[in-house]
Amino acid sequence: MTLQEQQGEAELIAAILAGETQLYHDLIRPYERPVYLLALSYMKNETDAEDVTQEAFLKAFRHLSSFRADAKFSTWLISIALNEARGRLRRQTAARTESLDKDPDEEGAVSPALLRDWREIPSEAVERGEIRDLLRKAVETLPEIYREVFLLRDVEELNINETAEALNISVSAVKVRLHRARLMLQKYLAPQLKSVTKPKRRWFAWS
Amino acid sequence: MVIECKHVWTYISDYLDGTLSEEIRVTVQKHLEHCELCSAILDSTRNILVLTADDRVFELPVGFSERLHQRLEEELKQKKGS
Repeated sequence: MTLQEQQGEAELIAAILAGETQLYHDLIRPYERPVYLLALSYMKNETDAEDVTQEAFLKAFRHLSSFRADAKFSTWLISIALNEARGRLRRQTAARTESLDKDPDEEGAVSPALLRDWREIPSEAVERGEIRDLLRKAVETLPEIYREVFLLRDVEELNINETAEALNISVSAVKVRLHRARLMLQKYLAPQLKSVTKPKRRWFAWS
Repeated sequence: MVIECKHVWTYISDYLDGTLSEEIRVTVQKHLEHCELCSAILDSTRNILVLTADDRVFELPVGFSERLHQRLEEELKQKKGS
């Protein structure tokens, strides 16, 4: 985001707080997708993710006056959405069994899938439903702490500082988790993508 | 300086982001030039990141935006009325 855009955003927020509430529609438009994706990564189904997104935007509107002008609106918004998603998950699954006894950032290294050669898969491959499903599934199966960093950083393209701020974790934790997320995806996806994009011989069943 | 494949793997993410120090970047680069294993790992990782970031992979549900703004509109009207 350019400085100009950031100033534009600050002016929008000031105008909304001064009573021009309709401008809130314009303010949030750029964030619909990132907030939804983050919600989806937690809720794992579209309906709940959409609900969480709506709630988060409503909450942000109701609390807009508490937004500090020195913070970034995007990271503030993402943290509201995160709280909403986490809160709802907690209510849905009373007893979550995530390991709390060890620091996840201290775990051992992730090894990549070993390959001798890699044939570039062009972006057009994403047109194929099975490839899209494979990619989505891979991201969904990442453990939560890696998935959220990956989505914000590599899919929504927030920078490292913004990602750290939105998730309320340190910059070094963002780097470590991002690295692991990327290698986990490579490990999971490289062999599978290689086999689904290999030119197949077609056989007809005659009987 | 010569490094092992295992060490190269720990630098993959920073290498892709261009955040390695010049010294390490050069070392990794040199290793990649003669190691087809690490080159394939790097290429596949880069390729996978491009594919997963494609907007078509994660799509908004149909009518998502309309429903969101409709719901907001109700709230905004209430606020005005209050």
